[in-house]
Amino acid sequence: MSSTVLSHDAAHHDAHGHHHETFLTKYVFSQDHKMIAKQFLITGIIMAVFAMLLSLLFRIQLAWPDKEFPILEVFLGKWAEGGRIKPEFFLSLVTIHGTMMVFFVLTAGLSGTFSNLLIPYQIGARDMASPLMNMLSYWFFFTACVIMIASFFIESGPASPGWTIYPPLSAVPTAIAGSGLGMTMWLASMTLFIVSQVLGGVNYISTVLNMRTKGMDLWKMPLTIWAFFLTAIVGLLSFPVLVSAVVLLIFDRSAGTSFYLSDLVVQGQILPNEGGSPILFQHLFWFLGHPEVYIVVMPALGLTSEVISTNSRKPIFGYHAMVYSLVGITVLSFIVWGHHMFVTGMNPFLGGVFMITTLIIAVPSAVKSFNYMATLWRGNIRFTPAMMFAIGMVSFFISGGLTGLFLGNAALDINLHDTYFVVAHFHLVMGSASIFGMLCGVYHWFPKMFGRMMNEKLGYFHFWLTFIGAYLVFFPMHFMGVDGVPRRYYSFTEFAFMEKWVSVNVLVTWAAIIAGVGQLAFLINFFGSIFKGKVAPQNPWNSNTLEWTTPVEHIHGNWPGEIPTVHRWPYDYSKPGHNEDFIPQHIPFSQTMSSNMPHDFEGNEEAIRIQEQWNKENNRVVEG
Amino acid sequence: MGANETKLEEILRHRKAQKFNLWLGMIGMFMMFAALSSGFIVYTASGVDKGIKTILPQAFLYSTIVIILSSVTLHLAFKAAKLNQLAKQKMLLLITIVLGIVFFILQVKSWGVLTEQGVYFINNNASQSFIYIFTGLHLAHIIAGLFVLIRAYIGAAKPIASDLNVFRMDLAAIFWHFLDLLWIYIYVFLLLNQ
Repeated sequence: MSSTVLSHDAAHHDAHGHHHETFLTKYVFSQDHKMIAKQFLITGIIMAVFAMLLSLLFRIQLAWPDKEFPILEVFLGKWAEGGRIKPEFFLSLVTIHGTMMVFFVLTAGLSGTFSNLLIPYQIGARDMASPLMNMLSYWFFFTACVIMIASFFIESGPASPGWTIYPPLSAVPTAIAGSGLGMTMWLASMTLFIVSQVLGGVNYISTVLNMRTKGMDLWKMPLTIWAFFLTAIVGLLSFPVLVSAVVLLIFDRSAGTSFYLSDLVVQGQILPNEGGSPILFQHLFWFLGHPEVYIVVMPALGLTSEVISTNSRKPIFGYHAMVYSLVGITVLSFIVWGHHMFVTGMNPFLGGVFMITTLIIAVPSAVKSFNYMATLWRGNIRFTPAMMFAIGMVSFFISGGLTGLFLGNAALDINLHDTYFVVAHFHLVMGSASIFGMLCGVYHWFPKMFGRMMNEKLGYFHFWLTFIGAYLVFFPMHFMGVDGVPRRYYSFTEFAFMEKWVSVNVLVTWAAIIAGVGQLAFLINFFGSIFKGKVAPQNPWNSNTLEWTTPVEHIHGNWPGEIPTVHRWPYDYSKPGHNEDFIPQHIPFSQTMSSNMPHDFEGNEEAIRIQEQWNKENNRVVEG
Repeated sequence: MGANETKLEEILRHRKAQKFNLWLGMIGMFMMFAALSSGFIVYTASGVDKGIKTILPQAFLYSTIVIILSSVTLHLAFKAAKLNQLAKQKMLLLITIVLGIVFFILQVKSWGVLTEQGVYFINNNASQSFIYIFTGLHLAHIIAGLFVLIRAYIGAAKPIASDLNVFRMDLAAIFWHFLDLLWIYIYVFLLLNQ
C-alpha cells in the first residue's frame, strides 16, 4: 500500500552516513530519537510504579490509622516503627508521590516519550534538530530521578513540604526532618530536571518549526504535533521562572537571605530572617505551577485526538477548533496562577480577575470535549485498548474539569481550598486524565516503538481495573472535601468531625490497592510484549500519519529512501468514494480521484479543472 | 552529486535549527530575569522600608561601557570572519574576551563597593539582596558566554573550515550581544528602582 515510499533496502540510506554503533552508543548514550523516546518511557514507567507504591503506603495509613503492619517495618525501618508509618514520613510520601507523578511521570514520561517518538516521525524528519541536546535532556532527567530516589536512603529522609515546596517549611532546614538534606536533594534534582525540560523543549519547538518534510505545512500537522509543540512553548516560558524561585529559595536556605522568610521561631529559637514574603514564592511557583498542569494534560489531549479519530474511522471533528482551543489554553495558562492563592489575603479585585481568566479556560476545554464526542458520534468505532484509554481520558477530563468550575470560583474556593475536594479535582482532571492519555499512547504506538503488538485481553483487563479503580478512589473524595476534610492530614481519628470518613478511606484504599495490582497486568503486557508480542505489521491501525510509512524495523534516519512528501491533512478517514476507509498523508490527490472534494485543492484552479473533467468522464457527482 | 546536494541542504537546515535553538534558549533565559524582575517589584511594593535605598556603585557604569565595547569588538571580529581575515578576527576576539573578563572583575568589585555602603547580600531588606541575585545570575551567564567566545577563538586558531568558523562566530555574537542587552536591561531596571 505504501510501497512507493519503502524500498526496504537500508543500503540506499546514505544521507546520514554510516555510524559504527556500539552497545553504549546504541542503547545508552543514544542520540536517536526513537531510542531516547523508549528510554524516557521506561524510566517514566519505573518512576510511576515507584510513586504509585508511595501512594499505597499513605493510603494504608489513612485507612487503618490505628493498626500495625509489622511488614512495613521490615521494609521501611525506623520510618515505620512498630509497623505504623511516622507522621514525618507520611509527609515525605505525599511530597515525593506528587513530585514524581507531576514532573517525572506526566511531564518527562509523557512529553519526553511521545514528543521524541512522534515529532520526527509525524512531521517527516530524520531526527531532532539537535540529537545531542536530546540525549543530554534524557540524561539530566535520569540523574534527577536517581537523586530523588536517593533521598530515601539518607538519615533525615526525603523532602516533605509537599510538591509545591512552600516556604518556610522548605526554606528553613531545621523546620522538620524533611526540610534538611532531603529538601536539598529535592532542589538539586529539580534543577537538573528543569535543565532537562528546557533542553528537550527547545528541541521540540525547533524541530517542529524547522524540520518538517515537503508539503507538511502547519495546518497539515496531526493534532499530536500541535499539542507537543504548544506544550514545549509553555514549558520554555514557565520552567525558567521556577529556576528563579528556586535560586532565591536556595539562598534563603543556605546563605541566610530573607526573600521568603520573616518572623519565625523554630524549636524555641528566633530566626534572624526578617522582611521576607512566603507569598512571593507562591507567585513565582504558581507562575510555573499552573502552566505545568497544562504541560501535563495537553500532550494527553493530543494523543487522544489522534487515537479517537483513527479508531472512530472519522476525521477529527473541528480540527481548526481543536488547534485554536489548544492555543487558547496555552495563552490562558499564564494568566490564571492566582487561583491557587485566593486565600493568601489577595486583594479581592485581583482575585476576581484571576477567577474570570480561570473560568474562561472552561471554554476551550469544553470545545475539546464536545469535539471528542462529535468525533465519536456515529463513528465506526474500534474499541482497541488504546481507544478505551482515550475514551477514559475524555471521561476523566470532563468529570474532573467540572469541579474546576467550583474551585475556580473565588468565593467557593475559600471553603474548598486545601480540602480533599481539590485532591479529587486534580487527580481526575490532570492525574487520571493524563495517565490515561499516556497509556492510550503506549497501547497505540507500542507497535511503532518495539515492532510488536501488545496483548489486547490484558489491555482490556488493565483498562477496566484502572478506570473503575480511579473513579472509586477519587470520586468519594469530593464529598469529604465538601465536608471540610483537609488534605495532607496524617490521621482522621484525632478529629471528631472527620472520624466518620475513616470508613470511606477504607473503601478508597482497597480501590487503590486493587487498581495498583491491576497495573501488574500492564507491566506484564508491556515488558512481555517487547520480547514475545506478535510481530507488528507496518500500519496496524490503518492510520494516516507518516510514522506508519516507516519500516517496522527501526533504522537510523527513519526512512530508507527519500522522506515522503505530504499532500493532505492527517484525518482523511472514511472519505466517501475511496475504496479504503483511510488515505495516508503522503498519497497524492492524483491517486484518489474518486474521492477528492473541491475544497481539497485549496483554490488551485488547474487541479479543480482536472478533477472536474475526471468527474465528468467518470459520471461522478460531487455534492456541495 | 545528488547525495552531496542533499547533504549540504541538510547541514544548512541543521544550522538554521541550531541558531533557532539559541534564540529559544535566550527566550528561556530572559524569562528567568523577567521572573526576578516581577519578584523584585512584588517584594519592593510590600512595604515602605523595602527598596534599593542606596546609590548604585559607579563601577556598574564602567562595566556597562566595557560590555558595550566588547559587543563592538565582537561585531568587528564577526565581520572579519566573514571576510576571511583570520588574523584580524583572532585579535578582535581576544580583545573581546579580555573585555569580558574585565566586565566580570568590575562586577565583582562593585559588590565590594556595595558592602562598603552597608548593602549586604544577607539583608532584611531583600530588595538589596536582589541586586546581588541579578548581577550574580548575569555573571553566571557571562561565564558561559566566555566559554563560547573561547571556543570560537579555538576554532579560528586551528583553523576550522571557514563556513563553520563564520557559523560559530555568528552564534557566539548573537549570544554575547544578548548578554550585553540583558545587562543593560538589568542596569536600567535597577536604576529606575534606585
